[in-house]
Amino acid sequence: METLTTRNTYHPMENLLRMDRLPHIWCPGCGIGIAVTTLAAALDKAQVDLNNVCIVSGIGCTGRVAGYVKLDSFHTTHGRAIPFATGIKLANPNLKVIVFSGDGDLLAIGGNHFIHAARRNIDMVVICVNNFIYAMTGGQVAPTTPLTAYATTSPYGCVEPPFNIPYIADSAGAVYVARWTALHVRRLATSIVEALHKTGFSLIEVISPCAQYYSRINRLGDGIDMMRFYHTNAEIRHGENTKNLDIPFQSNIICGKFVDRERPSYTERYNKWRTQIKGEDNEG
Amino acid sequence: MKPPKDSLKTGTHQLSGSQACVEGAISAGCRFLGMYPIEPAIEISNYFLERAKTLDAVYVQMEDEISALAAVLGASWTGRRSMTVTSGPGLSLMMEHMGLGVMLETPCVIVDVQRVGPGHGIPTAPAQGDIFQSRWGSHGDYEIIGLAPSTVQEIFDFMIKAFNFSEHYRVPVVVLTDGYLVNLKSDVTIPRAEDIKLEPRRYYDGPQEKYLPFKRDEDLIPRLVDIGAGYKFHVTGLTHDERGYPIMNEECQEFNVHPLVRKIRNYAEKIVRFQELATEDAEIIVIAYGSSFSAAKQAQQKAREQGIKTGLLKLDTIWPFAENRVRELSRKAKAFVAVEMNYGQLVYEIQRCSQGNANTIFVTHGEKGVENSDDILNAIIQASRENSKKEGIIEYAPK
Repeated sequence: METLTTRNTYHPMENLLRMDRLPHIWCPGCGIGIAVTTLAAALDKAQVDLNNVCIVSGIGCTGRVAGYVKLDSFHTTHGRAIPFATGIKLANPNLKVIVFSGDGDLLAIGGNHFIHAARRNIDMVVICVNNFIYAMTGGQVAPTTPLTAYATTSPYGCVEPPFNIPYIADSAGAVYVARWTALHVRRLATSIVEALHKTGFSLIEVISPCAQYYSRINRLGDGIDMMRFYHTNAEIRHGENTKNLDIPFQSNIICGKFVDRERPSYTERYNKWRTQIKGEDNEG
Repeated sequence: MKPPKDSLKTGTHQLSGSQACVEGAISAGCRFLGMYPIEPAIEISNYFLERAKTLDAVYVQMEDEISALAAVLGASWTGRRSMTVTSGPGLSLMMEHMGLGVMLETPCVIVDVQRVGPGHGIPTAPAQGDIFQSRWGSHGDYEIIGLAPSTVQEIFDFMIKAFNFSEHYRVPVVVLTDGYLVNLKSDVTIPRAEDIKLEPRRYYDGPQEKYLPFKRDEDLIPRLVDIGAGYKFHVTGLTHDERGYPIMNEECQEFNVHPLVRKIRNYAEKIVRFQELATEDAEIIVIAYGSSFSAAKQAQQKAREQGIKTGLLKLDTIWPFAENRVRELSRKAKAFVAVEMNYGQLVYEIQRCSQGNANTIFVTHGEKGVENSDDILNAIIQASRENSKKEGIIEYAPK
């Protein structure tokens, strides 16, 4: 048996990360790696059978997450991680399904799938890393880019109002909604654990620095400067009405757990329907 | 592998094409339908839901066709045989996941109930307009398998074939039917369970730690495992190596993508299926598939009655195309009369294979032409009188 003393390359998360794929592709100062190690910590803490957990990602920087996590993992099409994961969950309801993707992937090209999965209350944990920009393609404006912020496709400042992701998830029917920044690793881990134990559609938004594009284009400094910004400007307000969670450019970021409620999941309703129909058939 | 007996409706029943499609799918072990409503495919979904009640089958209506096929791919990776049903506009939206299905080598079946297009066309009018879309509608290089049933019984039979092909070759299989055929009613014989042969899923059975999701067997097909079986595998739509890890170089593109083409092309002769009637001595050979078959057959028989040596080649698979057989026949025959419910699609393949040997005459028909063989007969007569070799496709013009 291998122990700590017999090996000098032991990594405490090597049962959860694909060590043979490291180093990863993310830039220095990026927050996605923090979100991934936080997921690993949460999976460890949640005491779930890892054979029974799978992870699905879309496309983009955060879309690469599935490739680094040692679970049954799928790197799918742009915006379609949620419907792919829906198929998995409905076909085998015993699996725990995590969708890990970015704001552009989940809320722009995948926006329709996002609201419908929340409406159906498909039992899955959606972790959405929000860096306010399309980073993989070089810094284009995203559905989350704050008004007036610069991007390569908004060179005079963004003129589109951004989405408030927790509000969308809440309105569409998510049973668990939280937001943290890449600085709040322990609170984020707690939220992931809670979401993993929750039945239904959970959404956790992770505000993340994008040092290479968002911060550089908007002259906000490096990743560490963004972390300092979160430290000063993040405000924890559990239970805050999700209507009040807009993130204007470089202003306060309200974090916390906003929604934690019960609603029957799609699978529960489907099984109830089936049992009922079978009963009627037997009577008939 | 045999289908579970309790799911089979063994015996002869009067079924619509839609019902036959569902019975075929269920007999093939299909237990997941992800769909989005569209005419004229909706009857298939409705009947699947009816049948799903008593089976361990899952039915989900997604928010669009993009997500419908995405869900089918996800479901297939749990080990469930999965399918979707749609029509042309929906098939267009599915092309994104046709590509992902090909890249992840995911077994699944797509039933395309063709209607006229482009755009929205006439939602209830049948057509054979998705011939090339079904093959290469998604970007990049790949091959798929496409089946075209001609009768209600064949819809049942071909659904089983489709699932078997998709499991064997690990590729999405398209069953191209149309709005006419799915509404046709006819007697369908459903065999006993012991008489149905199902291709089992090609599972990996080696040591768990040595599993490589894209290590190919000798016949170029990699082995599958189910989600949740403990393998912790990774798959990606990016160009990938044996481990399923993305590798962005030309060598890996060759390693990954060339076999996607070769695993079908190299085995085309094993996949291709067709039926022939009176081709031995035929000067004129009518080539048809799907709903065009019955009128083509009528015309062939009438032409024989008139003393024109006419044969019939009915294509059961349209992809891969029956290239070798069409080429062989083109060396013996004077002309092919290609019949399609479109303005000329598969005829391009026919003409390609007959070039320099036999003339290729194209006959188009619409819904009315499914039961009317006059144009085809006239084209046969015209072809039999033509003694010179013509280049290209000769479009038959009705008088």
